[in-house]
Amino acid sequence: MGPMFTRLGRLAMAVLIATLVAASLAGPPALGQSKAKVSFVYVGPIGDHGWSYQHHQGLLALQKEFGDRIETSFVENVPEGPDAERVIDQLAASGSNIIFTTSFGFMNPTVKVAARYPNVKFEHATGFKQAPNLATYNARFYEGRHVIGLIAGKMTKTNLVGYIGSFPIPEVVMGINSAYLAAKSVNPNVKFRVVWVSSWFDPGKETDAAKALVDQGADILMQHTDSPAPVKYAEDKGIFAFGQSSDMAQFGPNAQLTAIVDDWRPYYIRRVGALLDGTWKSGDVWDGIKQGTVALSPWSKKIPPDVVAMAGKARDAIAAGTLHPFTGPINKQDGTAWLKARETASDKDLLSMNFYVEGMEGALPK
Amino acid sequence: MPRLEARPQPSRLMFYATPLIAILFTLAAGGVLFALLKKPPLEALALIFIRPLTSVRGLAELTVKAAPLILIAIGLAAGFRAGVWNIGAEGQYTVGALAGGSLALAVYPVTGWWLLPLMSLAGIIGGAAWAAIPALLRSRFNANEILVSLMLNYVAVFLLGSLVHGPLRDPDGLNFPESRLFQTALPLIVPGTRAHVGFVVALIAALVAWVLMEWHLLGFQIKVLGQAPGAARFAGFSEPRLVWLCFLVSGGCAGLAGLFEATGPVGQLVPALPAGYGFTGIIVAFLGRLHPAGIVLAGLLMALTYIGGETAQISMSLPSAATAVFQGMFLFFLLASDLLVNYRVRWRSHTQPAPAGHTVPDMALPRSTSAQPSAQPGE
Repeated sequence: MGPMFTRLGRLAMAVLIATLVAASLAGPPALGQSKAKVSFVYVGPIGDHGWSYQHHQGLLALQKEFGDRIETSFVENVPEGPDAERVIDQLAASGSNIIFTTSFGFMNPTVKVAARYPNVKFEHATGFKQAPNLATYNARFYEGRHVIGLIAGKMTKTNLVGYIGSFPIPEVVMGINSAYLAAKSVNPNVKFRVVWVSSWFDPGKETDAAKALVDQGADILMQHTDSPAPVKYAEDKGIFAFGQSSDMAQFGPNAQLTAIVDDWRPYYIRRVGALLDGTWKSGDVWDGIKQGTVALSPWSKKIPPDVVAMAGKARDAIAAGTLHPFTGPINKQDGTAWLKARETASDKDLLSMNFYVEGMEGALPK
Repeated sequence: MPRLEARPQPSRLMFYATPLIAILFTLAAGGVLFALLKKPPLEALALIFIRPLTSVRGLAELTVKAAPLILIAIGLAAGFRAGVWNIGAEGQYTVGALAGGSLALAVYPVTGWWLLPLMSLAGIIGGAAWAAIPALLRSRFNANEILVSLMLNYVAVFLLGSLVHGPLRDPDGLNFPESRLFQTALPLIVPGTRAHVGFVVALIAALVAWVLMEWHLLGFQIKVLGQAPGAARFAGFSEPRLVWLCFLVSGGCAGLAGLFEATGPVGQLVPALPAGYGFTGIIVAFLGRLHPAGIVLAGLLMALTYIGGETAQISMSLPSAATAVFQGMFLFFLLASDLLVNYRVRWRSHTQPAPAGHTVPDMALPRSTSAQPSAQPGE
């Protein structure tokens, strides 16, 4: 083991010297820093072609944008359980300047680690706890859900849309409600059926759920899980589906009508840029179609032109701020009033949504 | 055709040497794997096996990860020696965490010095109660305890999921499926790190297990039941009593491990709390030769491969799948060398048949005999 130590030692020394030289050559900038180490924690594998894949696209975009000014590292497949805090802590201890933790279940671990490393910046996706060195960010996926809901309402022949849910948390529930309301607005007979798989990424369970829904007569699938398995299943069955998080057309060239694409690149570039400039501040960002964080992949040729026109119009209206997917009158599932006519839902209401809207069948798991 | 033949007298030396041999083979094969991935193999191995040991933080994390593994494996080992196959530690861990955690949430926000001991007690009782189900089914109805204890894992995980989605959900948590943060936490043993007293408790459990197994009649009864059930009956040892005891002890240990994990590193009940410790604990038990000292070492080693795997991911972008393959190779080599310690390969086709009653090595391995044929693994 001796030579290995020396080799490592030499390597470490070389890196140290190189860093010192680089730092002294660059000179201290006015406010920010010349170099930064940027780290990411992913809940799934970077090859999930969904959620984690899209965040990793953000990391790759950062490398392209900032080149030698940043050094990046990531840990994939981190479960949202007892291991998460250790991984985040290890990234902080190994010299990261900013750490993006990209799943809801990383919230409390991130809060704890952020308290231990006040000089490191943290960004947590989809959570609600902030600190001076911990910002949160999320995307208005429900805006994209409105658009695919319209398409599904128009295109279903069996009037049954199958929906594969992960966990009944507000983000997922508001997506179901948004898609359902949009579908019902163009097709009063449409029904949604939801199957919960209790996982963000489990291709086997997602396929089972898809199969169960199709067996019950669903001819269009929507998903709030991260793998392309449901799209693939729809392709095999000759029915339609919507991609989730990233463009999944390669898994279902005939099945995918469009996909809700999470494009985190602009946000990450903005935040790391702010870190380098010394203008980084904590906060809470919830961007949507308008800012480009939520996008829709190219329409399938199978969508009739009039439906394409309608979907495009809705997308543009959301971007322009003239259309809110949750505009009253809307009742809750139990018939009680939620939004009055022309009233739009507040962000606070959306972020704590724990009910189905009127007309949805089934009960939310409690 | 090569065939396997039981060795009449497996080497005791080799029995203890196989983990080391497996490590050497894994290092070699792992090096090849990393080289194929175009990563410098020596540096990758050094990152996995040495880097985490070079800092206080790394050592502390090692104890955090190893504590539940050791505690669970110590409990399981007693049963495995007796030929009682509790595969349900994951579920007992989960119910232990649920029982202790619910207690804290029930009295929230009241707290005091008494809370943590009470929670620990609830954790032990919870885990033991969950283990009592397969114990009852086996001792009363002669059910296959492997099957029922395994299936109860899934029941427990779904129970946790449904409770944190419902009654135990944090009222201020915007409906996210998590409980509140507990009002109490496990004491730390190294300030500034996450190392908690769970590791100390695991070491004490190992010591107690060692004393019981080596010096107490109970340990003798357990060993006899595992190796010669007929002799155990003849000697008047009550088999149902020992089955119950093994399940309650292993369930209690797993429950306590779950409670420690929930109260220590995590600090709340979350759906992802069962992180596979119950299953890895089985590996740790056998890797440690069902011996308390071996289990402590095995627990630390398994923890090291997890933490080192992350270090390698961070420092050299080694894919997480590669570290999982690496762990898999390790277990593969261990089982393969175990096989060759107990059996030898005969290359000629017309050898004598193996002696009818081959000697079982003096420790219960999965192939050991048991009173219930249906209770043997692999059937």
